[in-house]
Amino acid sequence: MTQGTGMQGVQAAAQSATGILPLIETRGISKSFGGIQALDDVAVHLMPGEVLALLGHNGAGKSTLIKMLSGAYTPDAGQVLMNGQEVHLSSPRAAQLLGIETIYQNLALADNLDVPANIFLGRELLKGGRLDEDTMEFESRKVLDRLKVNLPDLKKPVFNFSGGQRQCIAISRAIYFKAKVLIMDEPTAALGPQETAQVNELIMSLKNEGVGIFLISHDMHDVFDLADRLTVMKNGRVVGSSQTAEITQDEVLEMIIAGKVARRAAGLS
Amino acid sequence: MQRVTTAAVPRIPVLTRLGVDSRLLFMILAIAAIWIAFHLLTGGIFLTARNLWNLSVQTASVGVMVSGMVLIIVMRNIDLSIGSVLGFTGMSMAVININLFPQNTWWGAVLTLLLGLILGGVVGIVQGTWIARLGVPSFIVTLGGLLIFRGGAWLLTSGQTVAPLSESFQIFGGGLNGSIGGLWSWIVGLVLMLFIVGADLRTYGVRARRGLPNRPLALQVLFTGLSVLLVLGFILVMNGYPDPRNGQPRGIPVPVIIMLVVTAIMMWVVRATRFGRYVFAYGGNPEAARLAGINTTRLTILVFGLMGVLAALAGAIQTARLNAGTNSTGTLAELSVIAAAVIGGSSLSGGSGSIPGAFLGAVLMASLINGMLLLDLPSAWQNVVQGLVLVLAVTLDVYVQKRRTK
Repeated sequence: MTQGTGMQGVQAAAQSATGILPLIETRGISKSFGGIQALDDVAVHLMPGEVLALLGHNGAGKSTLIKMLSGAYTPDAGQVLMNGQEVHLSSPRAAQLLGIETIYQNLALADNLDVPANIFLGRELLKGGRLDEDTMEFESRKVLDRLKVNLPDLKKPVFNFSGGQRQCIAISRAIYFKAKVLIMDEPTAALGPQETAQVNELIMSLKNEGVGIFLISHDMHDVFDLADRLTVMKNGRVVGSSQTAEITQDEVLEMIIAGKVARRAAGLS
Repeated sequence: MQRVTTAAVPRIPVLTRLGVDSRLLFMILAIAAIWIAFHLLTGGIFLTARNLWNLSVQTASVGVMVSGMVLIIVMRNIDLSIGSVLGFTGMSMAVININLFPQNTWWGAVLTLLLGLILGGVVGIVQGTWIARLGVPSFIVTLGGLLIFRGGAWLLTSGQTVAPLSESFQIFGGGLNGSIGGLWSWIVGLVLMLFIVGADLRTYGVRARRGLPNRPLALQVLFTGLSVLLVLGFILVMNGYPDPRNGQPRGIPVPVIIMLVVTAIMMWVVRATRFGRYVFAYGGNPEAARLAGINTTRLTILVFGLMGVLAALAGAIQTARLNAGTNSTGTLAELSVIAAAVIGGSSLSGGSGSIPGAFLGAVLMASLINGMLLLDLPSAWQNVVQGLVLVLAVTLDVYVQKRRTK
């Protein structure tokens, strides 16, 4: 608990120093399932154009936290603020309307539908009361081109495409709907090295466009390549946060395993 | 940013390149083979206007229900109750028609049908709510429904058969006055042919203008021509069976019109509406559909509600055709409908299914039953054959799925 309040102090300091409000911020978020405390007084924040890595073992509470931010779960206690205003993420649709888009490791696409159907899933364009397939295909082509994703035939069911191409389709969906906050849960876990590189490049270009990104990853290389800052969780609590530039991989591993802030790292943050 | 290279370009089958749905083609060939076989076995009875006219009426009840079953199966559910719901709503309509409305008024028949459809819809919505909100598997809920509504059909009249129905209501079954006559059949046929030509021209033009691939022109002309010929043949057959009272052509039976309209509407729903899109999205990946903000609970309830309405429509057709409400109407209908849907390409693992395919599946199942009746096969053998066809169709589906994912 003391670590949690410590974090908020750090955050407030960061705010006043830069004068920019965090894109999204959680305060004292708690959630329990039955008797299990999945999240306990969690405070994290994300600045515009920042990539924040969330680290921790399975069951540390990362997935619960992002499901809360994407509107799939509602918190028992605590607040979520966007640009300093409290928001209620009561459903996935509510989160989408606020510009929060989520990319899941493998749950993202309906494999039997084609590319435009997946990009516009839940937000189809209509013309005269019927699905406007042509415009959706045209818009899909536009956003894919912008992201330099090269797909030969958009009208094929997406099970025809590779893992990397499918992940790019999922990301295009978020981009088309102008995501401000992008939550990526192990976006490259199922991908080969080349495809991972492709997704990582996409992450960097989105960051440069000012999109804030939560990145959940087990791959320490990816975290250190992509993330500006990292937050470690264990047993539903935040262990600590640090700028990636100011911490070593060993220190991060120690935080993940021991659940304690390494002495040197604690001094830094 | 590097360009994505596609994994080895798959070999495109000839049929796909020509824009031919291989499954539909296969089914049409299978139906043709069955028809010819029965024609030879029955000594030339099967392919007569009279028998084909009867076959079309026999297809109507399964044909009306199968499109609803496609949506249910696509959503990874099953509905075992539709035979009983058919019986229950059919019996209710018989009771309503006889007791509530004066004999032989058209509005009495229409109101009877309307009340029956509402009843079917309510039954479906209750079952769907039970499945979606309480999380009980559809297999169990609708298995319960199978027993409950079969019992309900008995309880309505303590097992007594209710007959006769008003003549207006009998029209829904395609009985003596239940056809639209030669002239109107021609009008319907001409409109349909013009529609086919117009739609094909429009699609071809739009695709050409947008630079999208089209079939070779000659092939497109052939396809459009074949579709028009199919309609022409259908009308000729329907008008080729005269009414014994006056020798005038009967024309298209009302239940067949109902079936064709339902099939057309459902094809449109699947192709052009959000509802249809969401049904398939849910079938492909329920979690993705939910996370995309689709209200999957409401979707499930709606699909079961729709199935209930269609079962009631089939109940009206069957009851009107029998000219009696009996408590056994529609027994085992669920199995023919599921078989037709699966033969037509609905995969029980969800996410895939086709309305035209299921319609052809219904024609195939009805052809089998009709042919076996003509051959005077004992009903025990008819069940054996139907069962075998169902198992074979699912085996084929499993085999195709395996090859696709390999």
